[in-house]
Amino acid sequence: MSQSNTLRVQPLETVTWRALCSRQDLVAHSGVVAWLDGEQVALFHLPDTETGDQVFAIANKDPKSGANVIGRGIVGQLKGDLVIASPLYKQHFRLADGTCLEYPEQRLRVWPARLNGDAVEIAH
Amino acid sequence: MNSIVTPIKSERLVIVGNGMVGHHCVEQLVERLLGRGTLGLHEIHVYGEERQRAYDRVHLSEYFGGRDAESLALCEADYYARHGVQAHLGVQVIDIDRDRREVITTAGRQPYDRLILATGSYPFVPPIAGAEGNARLVYRTLDDLDGIRAAAAGARRGVVVGGGLLGLEAANALKSLGLEAHVVEFAPRLMPVQLDEQGGAALKARIEALGVGVHLSRATQEIIVGEEYAYRMAFQDGDFLETDLIVFSAGIRPQDALARRCGLDVGARGGVVVDNDCRTSDPAIFAIGECAAWNGSVFGLVAPGYTMARTVAAQLAGEAHTPFTGADMSTKLKLLGVDVGSIGDAHGATPGSKSYRFIDEATASYRRLVVSPDGKTVIGAVLVGDNSYYDTLLQYAQNGIKLPAEPSGLILPAGEGAPALGADALPDTATICSCHNVSKGAVCCQIDAGVTDLGELKAATKAGTGCGGCSALLKQVFEHELAARGVAVDKSLCEHFAYTRQELYGIVRVEGIQTFEALLAKHGRGHVGCDICKPAVGSILASCWNKPITDPLLIPLQDTNDTFMANMQKNGTYSIVPRIAGGEITPDKLIVLGQVAKKYDLYTKITGGQRIDLFGAQLHELPDIWGELIDAGFETGHAYGKSLRTVKSCVGSTWCRYGVQDSVGMALRLEDRYKGLRSPHKIKFGVSGCTRECAEAQSKDIGVIATDKGWNLYVAGNGGMRPRHAELLATDLDDETLVRTIDRFLMFYVRTADKLQRTSVWRESLEGGLDYLKDVIVHDSLGLGAELEAQMQLVVDRYECEWANALKDPEKLKRFRTFVNDERGDPDVHFVKERGQRRPVRASELHLIPVAEEAL
Repeated sequence: MSQSNTLRVQPLETVTWRALCSRQDLVAHSGVVAWLDGEQVALFHLPDTETGDQVFAIANKDPKSGANVIGRGIVGQLKGDLVIASPLYKQHFRLADGTCLEYPEQRLRVWPARLNGDAVEIAH
Repeated sequence: MNSIVTPIKSERLVIVGNGMVGHHCVEQLVERLLGRGTLGLHEIHVYGEERQRAYDRVHLSEYFGGRDAESLALCEADYYARHGVQAHLGVQVIDIDRDRREVITTAGRQPYDRLILATGSYPFVPPIAGAEGNARLVYRTLDDLDGIRAAAAGARRGVVVGGGLLGLEAANALKSLGLEAHVVEFAPRLMPVQLDEQGGAALKARIEALGVGVHLSRATQEIIVGEEYAYRMAFQDGDFLETDLIVFSAGIRPQDALARRCGLDVGARGGVVVDNDCRTSDPAIFAIGECAAWNGSVFGLVAPGYTMARTVAAQLAGEAHTPFTGADMSTKLKLLGVDVGSIGDAHGATPGSKSYRFIDEATASYRRLVVSPDGKTVIGAVLVGDNSYYDTLLQYAQNGIKLPAEPSGLILPAGEGAPALGADALPDTATICSCHNVSKGAVCCQIDAGVTDLGELKAATKAGTGCGGCSALLKQVFEHELAARGVAVDKSLCEHFAYTRQELYGIVRVEGIQTFEALLAKHGRGHVGCDICKPAVGSILASCWNKPITDPLLIPLQDTNDTFMANMQKNGTYSIVPRIAGGEITPDKLIVLGQVAKKYDLYTKITGGQRIDLFGAQLHELPDIWGELIDAGFETGHAYGKSLRTVKSCVGSTWCRYGVQDSVGMALRLEDRYKGLRSPHKIKFGVSGCTRECAEAQSKDIGVIATDKGWNLYVAGNGGMRPRHAELLATDLDDETLVRTIDRFLMFYVRTADKLQRTSVWRESLEGGLDYLKDVIVHDSLGLGAELEAQMQLVVDRYECEWANALKDPEKLKRFRTFVNDERGDPDVHFVKERGQRRPVRASELHLIPVAEEAL
């Protein structure tokens, strides 16, 4: 694995990056879902955020409905935070940390994610 | 007892009577004393003659509809004990020793410092020979109802003597016990107190239609043994009626026996005389509810009783109190399922008053509006059959609001445009939310305290959180008052666009904007958008330019349903609705639907729009399923889009002996023309082949009904949550003019409606109403006709089945994968079999609501 700038700035030696899919599998400004050893990870690709070309990885299960639908929600920005709106009941989750804006007790797992060349990787 | 040592002697309060009013008084007292921290300083005793604690007498008839005594109770079983109130139920108070300030009960003496009489009333049974046993039942307490139930066992017919409010309730109770019910009334009409002659007649017609016998102007002379039934009621005119049981509901009398015995002043027509503080002739004794006579009147409704209870509770708690100054006896109720309303001077007894009347003998509806001699204000009203007029009329009457120029509009059928009261016309005292008694003044107070958000307002006042019926009025008043205070009412779409949908539509159209990014960059904020503005702009772009919604630039804008061109259900699977235009389908195509449903194990259901919905497909199955459907000649049904859904049709002149036009042919033509039109909300059509209207076109956004000479066009109807009859826009149109008129109407709607606003709500918000709409659409008053038609033609010309488009492009199909890195389906989707088909498994998901778009 090549040492990117990110890794030198934040010493994450203990973290292993794992490739989930390729850049071509992503849909710009929107989401897809990847399988990770029994877990479902929603991947959102935002090519032009303030910090550049970015991928976010967040749990696919909507806590309110129990259905695996988060990856099919709409990406938005509310009061500066990038959020994903659940397609069933429209509650919003922050892509950065998985917090639900409407119901703080609902929180989704998030994984650090990056584009490494053609690979989409998450820290696992 | 209170553990704090205090020099203040605790006060002994005794409340005699544990009916609705007596209980309300205790509740109010406890709440106020708790608030002041002085509950512990009071020793409260409640005496109730009945064994049950206070229950809801207003809904007594539900006791026969399955409710038990416990569910009718007004408080939790431990309410009294929890607050240290000593309840003595089933204990009768025999006398009051006013000198020693003690009540004498069947269980001994109890001293009081202050005493409240809430003994209520008892049913009046006229002295009629032979009225005994099952021929002398009454309807007031739970015990009475048990008696009626016992008498009804084995009985076939029951009679209620008394055609007033309670009598009709009792008749309903007999009916729900399975008896043939009759009402015998002495007066020449039903509900003689609340209704006038015509109102009584309309109510009689409606009640008779429900199978209840109504016998007016009948005085029962005696009750003897019957021939076919147990009893025979002989009337004064020689006529008779036989029955197995008789319930007397001929009025109530105040229960003032205790007061009489201990020498309190009693009114000429009964009732303990009270002043404005509800104090009797003994300053230590109060009387409230139906046992009290204020200004010579006894009030037989619960609301005035509650007002009296609050007046007394405030005084006992040592708070400032509002004196009791009489009560408005206006009532709105449902008797035997019939709406009945009576406001103020219902009989027009005020000298010089004038009345407006609306009589509809076809449906037995009646409305009367009584106005003051100067014709400026409402002083009374009678409603039979439809209480939707009640709230507005009550506002006019209670607040002395000046009548509109044409007062009859207040009682005319709503289709004629009954003028609802504008927010500014309401005085501060006007009740906005009757469930939580929130006035316009209270709303204004909140605004003055800094509330600028409707949600905050609702949280602070509870307004609109009861039945929700006042929501529209509440919003209107709120926005009007904000505007009046110079607070700009924010109508921005969301934090990214400071424009309304209409304004954005204009910008997109005028500047020829083709993408969300371009619109956001030029007229919005930020560079992402949100789940409000993205679908709204996506819809506007589609309405204007009708590019395939599968375009990569449009994909991120769509709701999941549009993105995957199917309707997401509660477990994350999708339902599929192929277009079945006009509801016409060949046997071969029907077989294909069956085969596809069987192959993919899809739950199959016929929709209200004459189509077939296939449920339970996972994301990765959609392209395969659509491949097979398209091969068989199907195209997408847009059930997922804010767009044209269905054109429902009857079979028309081709087959039907009554049909005058080919309604199926017209439905096919219309569905083919407008399919794929993206609009602010979904659009439904109906086409009927004759005036019998089997396609229910008048409940649709666009309704077309055949006439001898062509087609009548109705618009802006709705079914669903807020039903609305469509309105006649144009008559006897030929085919071409019909299509041209619909083109204009739909495009004008697309252009000017708010986001997610159905045609019905849009039409109601149009200033100038139906006349304005006719001017613009039919008479082309704005000179827009040709432009609107051309814009529609562009949309029609660019139509392409979205599923056919997607299936041609492997790049677009990439998204239809449950997992991008794995072939499997979602392992968490589980089904069980029910009635021969599969359905999502229920776990703890009872609280979930299906999100099927095509619910109706």
